[in-house]
Amino acid sequence: MADAEKIIDIKEQPGFRTIAFICLFLLYAPILILIIFSFNSGNAITRFESFSGHWYLSALANAEFYGAAKNTMIISISATILSTIAATLAAVGTTRVKPWPGLAAAFMIINLPLMVPEIITAVATLSFFALVAGAFGLNFGIGNLILAHTVFCIPFAYMPIRARLEDMDLTLENAAADLYATPWQAFKRITLPLLVPGIMSGGALAFIVSFDDFTITQLVAGPGQTTLPLFIWNQIRRPMTPEINAISTILLLVSIAFISVSFLIARRRK
Amino acid sequence: MTTIPQSTAAEVALAAENTGKKRNQLLSLPALLIVGIFGVVPLLIILIYSFLKAAPYGGVEWKFSTDAYLNFLFQKDIFDDTLQFTPDYLIIYFRSLVFAVLTTVICLALGFPTAYFMATRPPAQRNWWVLLITIPFWSNLLVRTIAIMFIIRDEGLINDLLMGLHIIDKPIAMLYTNFAILLGLLYSFLPFMVLPLYSSLEKLDFRLVEAGFDLYATRRQVLWRVIIPLSKPGIIAGCLLVFIPALGAYVTPLILGGGTHLMIGDLIAQQFGSGRNWPLGSAQALILMAVVLVALYFYVRNTSGRMKHG
Repeated sequence: MADAEKIIDIKEQPGFRTIAFICLFLLYAPILILIIFSFNSGNAITRFESFSGHWYLSALANAEFYGAAKNTMIISISATILSTIAATLAAVGTTRVKPWPGLAAAFMIINLPLMVPEIITAVATLSFFALVAGAFGLNFGIGNLILAHTVFCIPFAYMPIRARLEDMDLTLENAAADLYATPWQAFKRITLPLLVPGIMSGGALAFIVSFDDFTITQLVAGPGQTTLPLFIWNQIRRPMTPEINAISTILLLVSIAFISVSFLIARRRK
Repeated sequence: MTTIPQSTAAEVALAAENTGKKRNQLLSLPALLIVGIFGVVPLLIILIYSFLKAAPYGGVEWKFSTDAYLNFLFQKDIFDDTLQFTPDYLIIYFRSLVFAVLTTVICLALGFPTAYFMATRPPAQRNWWVLLITIPFWSNLLVRTIAIMFIIRDEGLINDLLMGLHIIDKPIAMLYTNFAILLGLLYSFLPFMVLPLYSSLEKLDFRLVEAGFDLYATRRQVLWRVIIPLSKPGIIAGCLLVFIPALGAYVTPLILGGGTHLMIGDLIAQQFGSGRNWPLGSAQALILMAVVLVALYFYVRNTSGRMKHG
């Protein structure tokens, strides 16, 4: 026992525990307060009267909320499917491959959306679609947003899939090749089943970043293309009621659900 | 010498597979095309736009002009057409830089002890801590910023509490101040500092810490001379992950600055509203990009330099 205590003692730094708990408090207090007030029966977003779920009912009865939720689901699900497929192919194409001169450049392009500040991507994408509409008369409607979202979802989906491929034991794939499996057979029967957790984890992250996106959506969205974050933004510019808290809480819960899924899948791997 | 047969076997397998692997390059094509067309081309477009003339109702006129870059620093006098140095935009850039640096420093000061504390927990507890930091990392930034707004408003929780306790009789104006923006940035990006620091500290070899103590180092000396130098890659990665989004922050100053305390992000977005100056906005975006590239350059130089040494 004395030994164990000594090891813990070596790692200890004075005050670090306090700072860690202060950080946790800072990160969670605002969110928890937001959630608590979503259950306020009164109109005020700061004075709690009594417990009530009626702001959730009023949010769910709001036609604008439905429209925004529908747009969000169309965009997020489309962008998640497109980006996860592209990212899976790219992950295989950049790990199960002989090094070639363009590999570093390909890696950089795929990860580019992570390096460019969001506001720059937003105004650049806006300019791009304005130019496409002006020069060719092309407007994909909500497709503009799906394409814009797919771009920044690709690196988020790519990272966990690539990590999974890199950690994978190659002997199984090689054994398949030894047993005269074609590359496609080996991929379908060996690599892909082992890759499923990575794909799910990547897909969950892609969904979250698309579902939560505000900056790029706000600049690129055309009339009638309100998503949930844009709906919240419109709400806070009007007199505020706990309905905003209720809608925000719903958004947070969706994010938390997907984060937990992605997190648990990634953890089980280890 | 016993490892040789193994490695040759692996090489044979690899060679056998290479026939299939050559075509694998093409699998990257869909992702490269999507990011290339809808991610890289737009950046080239704003590069071109920044050298065009502004059209009167938003958009551009296809005439070469360096007005956008001149307008960044100078303003034409209405009466005699002379250029006058106007530092308005520079001041906003400088203010954003100060915000970003302050945010990075404070996040590091809070994030390092937190990440170290997490890394020294037993494994089961560690997972919980990582999940607790991961949740705000991925949570909706807009919602989190609104949560801060609700607390620091004039009618917000803090003022209500202080007035209820009769400590103050008029609400302290916190929203729409520099303090609000700094608080918002800190709150937004703290998890971006903790997670990379943690993954670096998790791999820390504590035998080196023990060696430090054996050599009669004090706790502080071990921290500053052993632990911190060893976690430098995590510190650099964390600082970059906080600095870049903080510098280009858009949502935080939009909601907590209330349009009076602009940062670069809002400035750029404003230029792209209807009837504004798209070339000027493009130039402003590219100048921000240049600052980010300088930061990334230092990051790459620092990390690749270490690889050579280590």
